[in-house]
Amino acid sequence: MPAINEIKQIVEALLLVSDSPLTQQQIINVLEEDPDKHQELLELVPRALYLIEQECETRPYELKEVKSGFRLQIRSEMSSWVARLLRHTPRKYSQATLETLVLIAYRQPITRGEIEQVRGVGVNTNTLRNLMDRGWIRELGTRESPGRPMTYGTTTAFLDYFGLRSLDELPEILEANELSVPITELGIDNPPKLSSDSPDDKSDSKRAHEPSSD
Amino acid sequence: MNSEVNSMHELATQGDASFDRNLIPEDLYVPPDALIVILQAFTGPLDLLLYLIRRQNLDILDIPIAEVTKQYVAYIDMMTTMRLELAGDYLVMSATLAQIKSSMLLPRAREDVDDEKDPRAELVQRLLEYEAFKHAAGELDELPRMERDTFPIHANYDERLVKVTPSPVAMRELLLAYSDVLERVRLVKDYEVSPEQISVEKRMEIVLNRVRESADYLSFNEFLEEAENRELLVATFLAILELVKEGQIVLVQHEKFAPIFVGAANSAS
Repeated sequence: MPAINEIKQIVEALLLVSDSPLTQQQIINVLEEDPDKHQELLELVPRALYLIEQECETRPYELKEVKSGFRLQIRSEMSSWVARLLRHTPRKYSQATLETLVLIAYRQPITRGEIEQVRGVGVNTNTLRNLMDRGWIRELGTRESPGRPMTYGTTTAFLDYFGLRSLDELPEILEANELSVPITELGIDNPPKLSSDSPDDKSDSKRAHEPSSD
Repeated sequence: MNSEVNSMHELATQGDASFDRNLIPEDLYVPPDALIVILQAFTGPLDLLLYLIRRQNLDILDIPIAEVTKQYVAYIDMMTTMRLELAGDYLVMSATLAQIKSSMLLPRAREDVDDEKDPRAELVQRLLEYEAFKHAAGELDELPRMERDTFPIHANYDERLVKVTPSPVAMRELLLAYSDVLERVRLVKDYEVSPEQISVEKRMEIVLNRVRESADYLSFNEFLEEAENRELLVATFLAILELVKEGQIVLVQHEKFAPIFVGAANSAS
């Protein structure tokens, strides 16, 4: 079995060459020539990743773990220079788009009607289509309610793009019941539930397979 | 509900004919040219309402509903005056505000106060919920994201180098593959030659030479029967027609249904 330094070099080479983030499992699969060494690799690969992360501290890039694995990425301090080289103007997203996206992220599976209910305004079809084209949201299935509306949820690509490992890492939401004055004083029976019930991916896929036969 | 919407709509559009600046509270003044930009900055009625409440540091849990309604309607008025397309959602909110305002004016028995809900409660809940998500949307926008704050780094490598894997079998396989290609090239070559065999021009040359070299007339049928295949037959026939047209050869027939003969033009007198 190669020494940790060699493993580290190999792992870094794999990360450099890969087009998409690599999971620890993918890295182990490449390194594993002998099934007996599996246990050893389970220890060595995380160590190698840790060492790479340490070494990156002196580099203009960093090791980042996102939903679909580890990737090497340019530090944000460097991004404006990189953008100049690539003649790239970062795209801006409208308030309406961001609000829609954030609602889908926190409340998935969510229907269009529910998004409109919270935002108090109709959702533009283009907004949903653009988010879909971007690969950030997807249709999860239909809700078993009148009209069988389509429900939406976010994708792995969304988490990868925003540098998140899971939905739990989304910015915390200001809870209505965290206010100094208890909202119940106003006679509200059901204070809005926000981030407390943000679903994980598991419940996603479960809902995605809601019976939608016939 | 419907009549309320209508009455609110009247209220909202009453200043349509001439823009009445007096409708707008003093502290609400914005330069006219900035108006459109500002109004379009609101994503919906909740956003507008929230703005009105927050900019004046009003207590969201104790909204002075009469005052806020007045300002809200003033904004709706401005939008109408500027002939901005007004989403129906804004009018619904006007109606909701008017409804809350009127129910707050209704006298209530003292002992009922604890039991009855504040008419503003539902609206406040919606405002808070919306504000929470509006805030979260801002936070999401701040997250370091790809193509703006970071870029994945990538080392170029030559894929061809990676794919070459020499092995004892490889050379043999390579030779076999090579001979396959050779075989195919040979077949392709044969195929490409064949259309030349049936070129009409070439047939014309052959026909003309044979006719000229022969002292006598030649049988038209024999000419055609010489053709080894259909394509050659067609080419020969076309060649004869072409030569006749050019006046190089002549066709003669002594009587109907008699054999046709081919001869050189100069010997056909």
